Amino acid sequence: MSTLTEAPPPLSPTAPEKKPPRKRGRWTPYWLLLPGILWLVVFFAAPMIYQASTSVQTGSLEEGYKVTWHVATYWDALSEYWPQFLRSVAYAASATVLCLLLGYPLAYLIAFRAGRWRNLIMILVIAPFFTSFLIRTLAWKTILADGGPVVGALNTLHVLDVTSWLGWTAGDRVLATPLAVVCGLTYNFLPFMILPLYTSLERIDGRLHEAAGDLYARPSTVFRKVTFPLSMPGVVSGTLLTFIPATGDYVNASLLGSADTGMIGNVIQSQFLRVLDYPTAAALSFILMAAILAMVTIYIRKSGTEDLV
Amino acid sequence: MRQYEPDRLSPARVAAMRRSFTSGRAALTRRSLLRASAGGALAVGGLGTLSACGIPAAGKTEGGVSAEDRSKEEKEVSFSNWTEYMDVDDSGKRHPTLDAFTKRTGVKVKYTEDINDNSEFFGKIQPQLAAGQETGRDIVVLTDWLAARLIRLGWVQKLDPANLPHAFANLSPQFRDVDWDPGRAYSYPWQGISTVIAYNKKALDGIEVKTVSDLLDNPKLKGRVGFLTEMRDTVGMMLLDMGKDPGRFSDDDYDAAIARLQKGVDRGQIRRFTGNDYTADITKGDFAACLAWAGDVVQLKADNPDVDFVIPDSGYITSSDNMLIPNKARHKTNAERLMDYYYEPGPAAQLAAYINYVCPVEGVKAELAKIDPDAANNPLIIPDKAMQAQSRAFRSLSPKEETAYEEKFAKLTGA
Repeated sequence: MSTLTEAPPPLSPTAPEKKPPRKRGRWTPYWLLLPGILWLVVFFAAPMIYQASTSVQTGSLEEGYKVTWHVATYWDALSEYWPQFLRSVAYAASATVLCLLLGYPLAYLIAFRAGRWRNLIMILVIAPFFTSFLIRTLAWKTILADGGPVVGALNTLHVLDVTSWLGWTAGDRVLATPLAVVCGLTYNFLPFMILPLYTSLERIDGRLHEAAGDLYARPSTVFRKVTFPLSMPGVVSGTLLTFIPATGDYVNASLLGSADTGMIGNVIQSQFLRVLDYPTAAALSFILMAAILAMVTIYIRKSGTEDLV
Repeated sequence: MRQYEPDRLSPARVAAMRRSFTSGRAALTRRSLLRASAGGALAVGGLGTLSACGIPAAGKTEGGVSAEDRSKEEKEVSFSNWTEYMDVDDSGKRHPTLDAFTKRTGVKVKYTEDINDNSEFFGKIQPQLAAGQETGRDIVVLTDWLAARLIRLGWVQKLDPANLPHAFANLSPQFRDVDWDPGRAYSYPWQGISTVIAYNKKALDGIEVKTVSDLLDNPKLKGRVGFLTEMRDTVGMMLLDMGKDPGRFSDDDYDAAIARLQKGVDRGQIRRFTGNDYTADITKGDFAACLAWAGDVVQLKADNPDVDFVIPDSGYITSSDNMLIPNKARHKTNAERLMDYYYEPGPAAQLAAYINYVCPVEGVKAELAKIDPDAANNPLIIPDKAMQAQSRAFRSLSPKEETAYEEKFAKLTGA
């Protein structure tokens, strides 16, 4: 045990304790940011620039593509494919509203009423993500099959007569109609609605409800005046997380839809891969991005919330 | 009067809670979002680098661009194919015909199933080939029209007939003459594909379907027929039905075929245009009848006796998936030996027995009968004389035609 009895080495004048504190933390935040910035440059900025360039090029595979600043591509693309744009927005908006209507009660239940079942229900919400997006969408073809029990029940209840009159379905089937596409979108993006809603509901202090009750607010008033306003950040981020990817989706429309339910994602895909009109595909992507950005900006302003989570 | 303050929470905790709501690390505010998007817009708009991008013209090199052939030094070949397009043993992991090839020649095959869709695969390899780089693949298997495009662009290598004696001798006459590759200088078929009409007996319930017109015109089939997203299959079958030859048609013929199909879409007669996923629709009976690929029908029929097929009197469209050697492939000779190997009756029969597509090799029937007599007598796998006589191929298209036709077809399918 000699080491213990040995005197500690004398502190040199340059020992850290003696030195005035170094400003070593100054660059640390930037170094920590570097991976993220590199990621953004490689996977966001570079593709965006490349795509912006593609959208103003002209040419063909044989002759190559050159930047000619042919901006008319944007106008041509928009005037040719505006129905698909409108349809995408309409379908995505319907799906978002449905997601909110379905997701809010469930998130409320998980946050306030589920008790020890909370984790189990959360797992059930997330579990579908363990299988592929494509498989989950294809499963709806079995669920909504023409001769299947779901469509049979809807027919017996004459629900399909109403939806068909509204133009959402065609005849006595659900598949290959707008309704099927909206259902598919709703199903696929529902967890993106539930999770942020749950996060913001769960943070609400339960005593606020008690206080509201003590002040003679009815349960509906409590919800209207306390719970819902406090959950607004969740509502806003949930609707954004649902609406934005749903607008650009093309899988649901191509698997569950028909020739007259094509969304803008389908057009971009076919312009890029089949028609090989890269400029039009790039221009359409940019128009879609701009449109979504504009809608989201207006929405966030109107919703009057600063926080998105 | 003292204002009420919750006593259970310390001021520090209240402050922390408030912070986490409004200005925590994770809190994303409207301002920060707007700032970020403005920054993004600036980055995009401010850069004059746009002109620097572009796609170079396709290299027009007759016979393709070869790299140094390392077949002798590196005993390997890399083979890209479609999924479920190769025989598999009971364990599901080994490919017996490929193993036999390796055993005989010592050449290891790196077999990858990375082709799912012609257009997508083209999107994947196009940047490398356009830039004159190697793709890391020695053999790719692509459908006629894409094979034709690659040959036209000069992106595949001319084959050396000396390495392909069996292929030259045994290629079935049905596939011998294609206008996009006269004399098969660049390509050899892997399997043939017949486009026929499939139907579900139960769903048809006695309705007779014999022609493409039946699909389009019978009001009892409204919303229960499907066509394919492959333009050449759908329009080709339509042209045949209208009495035109898909091997020599005009722009007007094409437009007339599209117009006829468009009517079917507008009236709600055509339910959907599908890729391979039609198999689910026809098995369940959501499609009463649809255009289908014969190789699938053989398998569907085995699983579900309600599914069957009919070949219209006007004929049917035949195409093939072709083996090609992309530019700069490193193991060209090995690749040619592998191609040739599949034109020997033995391996060809083994393959045909497993995958049920049209076998492009002559003289396989006897070999196949030893493995699977039913398959040997199935005209969808080994076409008989009558079948061969009805087969028609879609003519090759000029680049201009291809773009215009694909655009019109895309509009028809709603995209």
